[in-house]
Amino acid sequence: MATSDLKPKDSDLNRRIDPATGEYRVIAPGQTFMSVTEKIVRIVLTPDTPLGWFAIFGVGGALATVLLVAVTWLFLVGTGIWAITQPVAWGFAIINFVWWIGIGHAGTLISAILLLFKQGWRNSINRFAEAMTIFAVVCAGMFPLIHTGRPWLAYWMLPYPNSMSLWPQFRSPLLWDVFAVSTYATISVVFWYIGMVPDFGTMRDRADSKIAQYFYGMLSLGWRGSVRHWMRYETASLLLAGLATPLVLSVHTVISFDFAVAVLPGWHTTIFPPYFVAGAIYSGFAMVLTLAIPLRKFYHLEGLVTERHIDNMGKVMLATGFIVAYGYGMEAFMAWYSASHWEAFMFWNRMFGPMGWSYWVLITCNLAIPLTTLWSRKLRTSIPFMFFISIVVNTGMWFERFVIVVTSLYRDFLPSSWGTYRATKWDYMIYVGTLGLFTALFLLFVRFLPMIPMSEIRMMLPGAKITPKATAKAGD
Amino acid sequence: MPPREGTYGLLAEFDTPSDLVRAAQQARHDGWRRMDCYTPYPVEEAAEAIGFHRNKVPLVTLVGGLMGLAAMFSMETWVSVLAYPLNIAGRPTYSWPAFIVPAYEWTILFAGLSAAFGMLALNGLPSLYHPLFNAPNFRNGATTDKFFLCLEALDPKFDLVETRAYLTTFTPTSVVEVEY
Repeated sequence: MATSDLKPKDSDLNRRIDPATGEYRVIAPGQTFMSVTEKIVRIVLTPDTPLGWFAIFGVGGALATVLLVAVTWLFLVGTGIWAITQPVAWGFAIINFVWWIGIGHAGTLISAILLLFKQGWRNSINRFAEAMTIFAVVCAGMFPLIHTGRPWLAYWMLPYPNSMSLWPQFRSPLLWDVFAVSTYATISVVFWYIGMVPDFGTMRDRADSKIAQYFYGMLSLGWRGSVRHWMRYETASLLLAGLATPLVLSVHTVISFDFAVAVLPGWHTTIFPPYFVAGAIYSGFAMVLTLAIPLRKFYHLEGLVTERHIDNMGKVMLATGFIVAYGYGMEAFMAWYSASHWEAFMFWNRMFGPMGWSYWVLITCNLAIPLTTLWSRKLRTSIPFMFFISIVVNTGMWFERFVIVVTSLYRDFLPSSWGTYRATKWDYMIYVGTLGLFTALFLLFVRFLPMIPMSEIRMMLPGAKITPKATAKAGD
Repeated sequence: MPPREGTYGLLAEFDTPSDLVRAAQQARHDGWRRMDCYTPYPVEEAAEAIGFHRNKVPLVTLVGGLMGLAAMFSMETWVSVLAYPLNIAGRPTYSWPAFIVPAYEWTILFAGLSAAFGMLALNGLPSLYHPLFNAPNFRNGATTDKFFLCLEALDPKFDLVETRAYLTTFTPTSVVEVEY
């Protein structure tokens, strides 16, 4: 029989597979309330920070310093140090903005949408996926601000009564962006913090040092685990998840409007909103894998972040990857079917023009490699391979934004106004710098906050089952 | 609030959620009302057992969301029609379809903030002090792996000796007196 052939031979693998479903277990067997709590709490409350942490934090910090230098020079000199000019007036800043915010979307998807769908396996990974969201939004939000040229006047984007009697223009997608991204950042932080409050209570109670007790005691707001509190908390979590779900879809939709509302071939298309959202989730799951795989190895969390999580994330990537592939296909189809000379030329130029190489990098990284291999469960549960795929997809999704922004702009309607785009060192420094900032922030999170939601893991343990004997006896 | 003195209640500790639910159901059945359960993760059955079925968080969220919607939509209308009318490609000043997006975002923003802060307010949090933290075994277990039932002194049925004996019938790990 096929199933018996699939059955793993060695006993270690046997333990990690649930006989009821034939899938990898969400949580390795033998975990108790105490073992889970201790495992997660000790990562934070230990006085010994692992040397590797300092090493990676050093690298991240150094790159974040590069960002600081580049941004300082930018503020002193102006956006002329970037490669943006006519006709490519939107360069790395908008590419990186869309790339980072897209990465953030997987965190919301995991914490909100999968919660609504009652996908219990998400519990182990949702906290650090949410943290990833917030730090990605921090990196993303910086780009529009520094792109304004005079970031100290960025508050002019907000509607407020002022002595100039000016008000913003509410029909512009760029203003919609201000509200979409600021709401997204706020709700993500609130959802993340509220999710951590009970775990801060645990940290407070398990901490040995007075400083840690005060620190986590303050953060826990005096959480004491009353079931009345828990029920309101659960309702609020569900409502926040229900609100974050349409929010995350709207944020990337609004970002795609920045492009789609313009009358430029390559941008002016109705496929953009769904295809941007799918692409965001695609790259976001890739980033979750990029973070989760080293983390589980480094902190020995294989019992809590299992092959099942890696496998499921691979499946989500496969699905969203195909939606993205459909988007690419439709762009090509519409370029022909629209019978518009400009559309057809734009697409030909995108594929075979002087910057055509970027299109083929995108196709290789986003379609050719992942969408052929992710079908195989063997590859989906192979940790080194999934790490490789996550890097490939992150690269591919960055190039997708590059292709959309640059190859649509550099050769538009009038050949006399054609140009090209070559990023300067300041562009690269700021991009690499945000990677460093993201790494540094994420490492601080891992060191000081509980990276796996303990209370949600406890709910999934066998000990959390209310035995029928108890309920039957209660009636009398 | 003036500082209170004396006994807050009696706290029984259980090892499993099933024992806690059974004890809470029985106590409720026997007429106890001023009581609460403390668990390291949400135990819906325990909330049912002490008769806590419904909460006001959804209502608060709805009101907050409607306020956000009304605030943003009316601001957009006021700005675009009265305060600063702009001719954008000949579109009407009251171009409401374009106003939907920011209004939608603020609906979610206000609803989300109301859900989070409304939940905290209804829970009476933050409150860094609570008498239960005085119980020697509470902090060791309530947020980790133990399950507690507290019968409070404000309940008319409460009597230090009899209630302790009553709680012992549920075979808890321990019963301790909690002081203010």
